[in-house]
Amino acid sequence: MTAPAVQPAPPPMTPLAIRAFTATSALGRGLAAHREALAARRSGLRRNDFGPQPLETWIGRVDGVEDAPLPADWGRWECRNNRLAWLALQQDGVLDAVRDAVARHGAERVALVIGTSTSSIGATEEAYTRLQPGDDGAQRFPADLDRSIVHTPHSLGDFVQQTTGARGPCVTVATACSSSAKVFAQAARLIEAGVVDAALVGGVDTLCGSVLFGFNSLQLVSKNRCTPFDAGRDGLSLGEAGGFALLERARDGEPGLQLRGYGESSDAHHMSAPHPEGLGAQLAMREALARGGVAPEQVDYLNLHGTATPANDRAESLAVAALFPDTLHASSTKAYTGHTLGAAGIVESVIALLALQTGRLPGTLGATTPDPACGPQIRFDDAQREARYAMNNSFGFGGNNCSLLFARA
Amino acid sequence: MTLTATIEGIGFWAPGLPGWDAARAFACEGRLPEGAPARPSPQLLPPNERRRAPDTVAVALDVALAACAMAQRDARTLPSVFASMHGDLAITDYMCATLASDPAAVSPIRFHNSVHNAAAGYWTIGAGAMAPATAISAFDATFAQGLLEAVAQLAAGAEAVLLVGYDSASTGPLAQVSASQGLLGGALVLSRRDDGLRLALALADGEADPSAGPLARHAAGNAMAPMLPLFDALAAGHAGCRLKAGPGRILQVDLTND
Repeated sequence: MTAPAVQPAPPPMTPLAIRAFTATSALGRGLAAHREALAARRSGLRRNDFGPQPLETWIGRVDGVEDAPLPADWGRWECRNNRLAWLALQQDGVLDAVRDAVARHGAERVALVIGTSTSSIGATEEAYTRLQPGDDGAQRFPADLDRSIVHTPHSLGDFVQQTTGARGPCVTVATACSSSAKVFAQAARLIEAGVVDAALVGGVDTLCGSVLFGFNSLQLVSKNRCTPFDAGRDGLSLGEAGGFALLERARDGEPGLQLRGYGESSDAHHMSAPHPEGLGAQLAMREALARGGVAPEQVDYLNLHGTATPANDRAESLAVAALFPDTLHASSTKAYTGHTLGAAGIVESVIALLALQTGRLPGTLGATTPDPACGPQIRFDDAQREARYAMNNSFGFGGNNCSLLFARA
Repeated sequence: MTLTATIEGIGFWAPGLPGWDAARAFACEGRLPEGAPARPSPQLLPPNERRRAPDTVAVALDVALAACAMAQRDARTLPSVFASMHGDLAITDYMCATLASDPAAVSPIRFHNSVHNAAAGYWTIGAGAMAPATAISAFDATFAQGLLEAVAQLAAGAEAVLLVGYDSASTGPLAQVSASQGLLGGALVLSRRDDGLRLALALADGEADPSAGPLARHAAGNAMAPMLPLFDALAAGHAGCRLKAGPGRILQVDLTND
């Protein structure tokens, strides 16, 4: 076993105000749809109906993406992933908030840091099903998909830049399933370093053949609705989602929701399996708490990565038990939305922020039989209590971990 | 906004130029070494994995290790930023071709190697680094945004950070829309020290330097070529360069040595 590298304690971070935030997932468009589904314990999962040869599994699919083409001016960026980005951006005043930040600070002083795992690879997959011989005999993309920007990861960040008018750093972060958690860390650094005054963070991933058949090839997909942390869990349900948050330095004594800490680490263990004791996860959570100057017993709610694969949930519960008292309320919300991959960071951060707002702490939908390997922090039932601090874990392939700490000031 | 860092280590690989010494000799004297290997052999991986590693992983790990060696930094302790415009184009071509013909035949290893942070993952595993690693893309501004993130990490408290820029050759039908030739990698170890070879960054409006230097011309067809004005400036001892940082935006890099 590799001993964790000794990391010096991180310096405290300046609290960042969350001026606006939103999510669109299988639960619906915007915060109200998410609040209502969580309150009713209503899953957004359905039997897989995506693509011409659907695998036997359940998915979290966003309704209506097929009927929502991008405005004609943005035809170059047309694809399922950017459609979902555009749907998500229009909810809960996020687009107005970022345009307002551009007006107040100047376009050059607003950054865009957006996460995704596969971006618009669905468009590339489609092009390969409709190849046409060119004049030279070589197989070519059909004319409607002969658009370079949708066949590269930055398709997403570049599209968001078109819609917002921001001219600060514009980056697509692609660290698999931690992508749209790490965007908060990168944005916090850009603000801390004085490069910008505000940042739109977020992430979007859409269902596509690569992830459905790819995760299936690794035998990580359940045939049934996923059951995170249940003793009988047997794999994940995939989903798609988009979400965003606008970050700015908080004014002294300003009430509201804040980002108070971030922690990042690597497992240094395996490309597609977590460290068995969750050492990397522990490092990320410890660092997030240290940056925020918050003790583990102060945390009211932790949204777990909780994919419902046997290995992830075991390792994560060990990491949580090593760090937190039994009183912590921790849950996975993957059975609501599916595992939305590169969007999981933002969607589950939004769920953590809603918990801070409403005091309603979600339980682990889908789980009924406790796994003795998982500690008392893992809660199946909802709870209602005053919540001041909430965290979110997101872990990705390559052993890429990120943990975020939010507060209600 | 000005951010600064000391450049402690440099790694480089391009076809015919299998290291920073070779790249410098080529940039200054126009000399190409004889018998350069066709592909890097990343010593960080076990021998049986070196040949099997995707091209992007091989080049990224090779230049990263070289930069750490030059900096005399323990690779385990360094947070890292992996910057690539496209990720591994040959794997994207494989995934899309397989999904179009026989989706159930997708290889699990190729699938987990298809993530944009594959090189970052292999690096942290090979080096035993539990420090954070990130992987980004920003189209033709990818390297400049990676450099900005690396230096922002120093400003946020990191002692030193590893930056790796790389892209590979495109294959199959994908090559028509995502043109990229050969294999190219460049790495820097940057630190908070305030002596030696230093860089200062500033964002501004403008256009990037034309690809006029010897390294920029040598590897002009690769998607990571926008990083080459910096490596040309480092090789020639120039005072700086302007890197593409976004539509109509540049990252001004000023170099000083004391």
